[in-house]
Amino acid sequence: MAAAAARWNHVWVGTDTGILKGVNLQRKQAANFTPSGQPRREEAVSALCWGAGGETQILVGCADGTVKNFSTEEGRFQGQRHCSGGEGIFRGLAQVDGTLITCVDSGILRVWHDNDKEASSDPLLELRVGPGVCRMRQDPARPHMVATGGKENALKVWDLQGSEEPVFRAKNVRNDWLDLRVPIWDQDIQFLPESQKLVTCTGYHQVRVYDPASPQRRPVLEATYGEYPLTAMTLTPGGNSVIVGNTHGQLAEIDLRQGRLLVCLKGLAGSVRGLQCHPSKPLLASCGLDRVLRVHRIRNPRGLDHKVYLKSQLNCLLLSGRDNWEDEPHEPQEPNKVPSEDTETDELWASLEAAAKRKLPDLEQSQGALQTRQRKKKRPGSTSS
Amino acid sequence: MAKAGAKSGGSGNKGLKRKAATEEPQEAAVAEDGTTESRVQPSKAAAFPPGFSVSEIKNKQRRHLMFTRWKQQQRKEKLAAKKKLKKEREALGDKAPPKPIPKTIDNQRVYDETTVDPNDEEVAYDEATDEFASYFNRQTSPKILITTSDRPHGRTVRLCEQLSTVIPNSHVYYRRGLALKKIIPQCISRDFTDLIVINEDRKIPNGLILSHLPNGPTAHFKMSSVRLRKEIKRRGKDPTEHIPEIILNNFTTRLGHSVGRMFASLFPHNPQFIGRQVATFHNQRDYIFFRFHRYIFKSEKKVGIQELGPRFTLKLRSLQKGTFDSKYGEYEWVHKPREMDTSRRKFHL
Repeated sequence: MAAAAARWNHVWVGTDTGILKGVNLQRKQAANFTPSGQPRREEAVSALCWGAGGETQILVGCADGTVKNFSTEEGRFQGQRHCSGGEGIFRGLAQVDGTLITCVDSGILRVWHDNDKEASSDPLLELRVGPGVCRMRQDPARPHMVATGGKENALKVWDLQGSEEPVFRAKNVRNDWLDLRVPIWDQDIQFLPESQKLVTCTGYHQVRVYDPASPQRRPVLEATYGEYPLTAMTLTPGGNSVIVGNTHGQLAEIDLRQGRLLVCLKGLAGSVRGLQCHPSKPLLASCGLDRVLRVHRIRNPRGLDHKVYLKSQLNCLLLSGRDNWEDEPHEPQEPNKVPSEDTETDELWASLEAAAKRKLPDLEQSQGALQTRQRKKKRPGSTSS
Repeated sequence: MAKAGAKSGGSGNKGLKRKAATEEPQEAAVAEDGTTESRVQPSKAAAFPPGFSVSEIKNKQRRHLMFTRWKQQQRKEKLAAKKKLKKEREALGDKAPPKPIPKTIDNQRVYDETTVDPNDEEVAYDEATDEFASYFNRQTSPKILITTSDRPHGRTVRLCEQLSTVIPNSHVYYRRGLALKKIIPQCISRDFTDLIVINEDRKIPNGLILSHLPNGPTAHFKMSSVRLRKEIKRRGKDPTEHIPEIILNNFTTRLGHSVGRMFASLFPHNPQFIGRQVATFHNQRDYIFFRFHRYIFKSEKKVGIQELGPRFTLKLRSLQKGTFDSKYGEYEWVHKPREMDTSRRKFHL
């Protein structure tokens, strides 16, 4: 049952204890998935990204240097590959054309050939990005471009198909009013859609926009927020603003056209570790060290939608970008029957449903809406895991 | 004369009032078919039909009079009702319904979803492998460094000395204006496991920073109600070198567990019951009360306690993940008054 339902989870969260948690906000359930059945701190999840084929696979980067493959269709870990080299945890994971890109803390960026076998082959490409990397991000529009940045490691944009030198290397801002060098600490990077621009948020509470298309290597726009290091950032649907979170749990939406603060969101009590906005709906998922996953609605009306207590410290999250927020109709009618023997039929049904759904989205959606409403009356909404 | 006049006037007033009051209820009683007791309802009946309340009387003296009379009436009614209830209970004997429990803020507490369930495996694993695991596995024994903010005054210095007698294996050092971030690596190299910094403001200690050393969490508390040994009444003699027993009360939520474990890791794991000393950290409504007592065994069954050492109250302000780094450290929990203190029945520890 859990296996079949895993595909409908809205948010996937990686924790410090090595557990991958799938949260279904509609049914208010959270499920734990571990590769070895027991939580292990050595497998603390430090990076998550969607795998090949839409949102059916998740690549989980663990602290011991392995990248594990998790299938949402089947609800279990399928394989792992040991991506050795360099010290430190994974700071970025990306997937392009059947290859896997990994970047670790010490600055070694490697591109691996994505064969499903356990044997670790040599990397296809290796780049040294510079020590102290805090984030590596892939451009969703041009998957072979990645950007890296970190503590005393300026923002660099690399073209993996091109040369070994970065395509764009950012320059530090001018010395401040005391003529002292402004330190660099890029904590998170995002590519702005429909342009070549990048946004970074720094540990010195600055939000900067860079434009590789312009001759200026210095940031085009700089805005500051708060007094604490900004740890996570995400773009809002619409592309004109970003939402940043800092180590005190303060979330703020910053407009990139004028560089000013729009709104603050409240609720978090601990450092924000992961933030992601839905690509079309005004929903923001945030997770942090206070062990709670929160989903906020960022406009009309602004506020907290869901709050889920997940017992371990949360490191990173993936928000499903699908439009149909509700479950498929046929699935939830199974619970009262014998669940164990029906897994194969479940999967069969689920795969059939998926195909049908793609052709006739409206019909299925309305049916699903009706039936979920009926379902909700039967089951009390309570978070369990 | 004027006084007498006033008095008679007043009493006359009262008399007049009484008469008027007694006249009115009779009328009212007659009007309402005499269902009301004339004794009980003079002022009530007076308020009834005209719809006037005591607060509309413009004359302050008369108003005060009417109010006191009304109050006395209420008190009488309440007493009568209580007696009646008691009689009914005695009459019913065993079949009497259970006494209703009075509502207090503690029993109306909003259920916190982070309350730790003792059977929860995930939380158990999290706690078994957190920064205090080496203490709870008996691999390290605590060694504490107690210091203050720069240039402490007498009260703070004395509190530090008394704390060092309460916490075994602790050392007090004078803070010579050194930065905490520089002290911490030195402590780690000298095998200290915890650092306590007592912050002082206007000659009284008002804050406590407790940092678990190798890379452990740092808790920042507000400290209030500090009483040194000489200010404690009926106290016993000074504490001895025996290792005390620890009592941690009411740390139910996940955050409470973390803080409770921090306190537990200050003391060695092997209490010497022969010393009969006990340190208590009692959490109630997010305030942590620290007391230090000694048991006095008067006989086989009777035990008393005498309070020894210093006492203070702590309130958690923030719990930060690494060692002390208030600017760039990551916080596990920060107290935000405008968001977290909105409900009087919600507590976090």
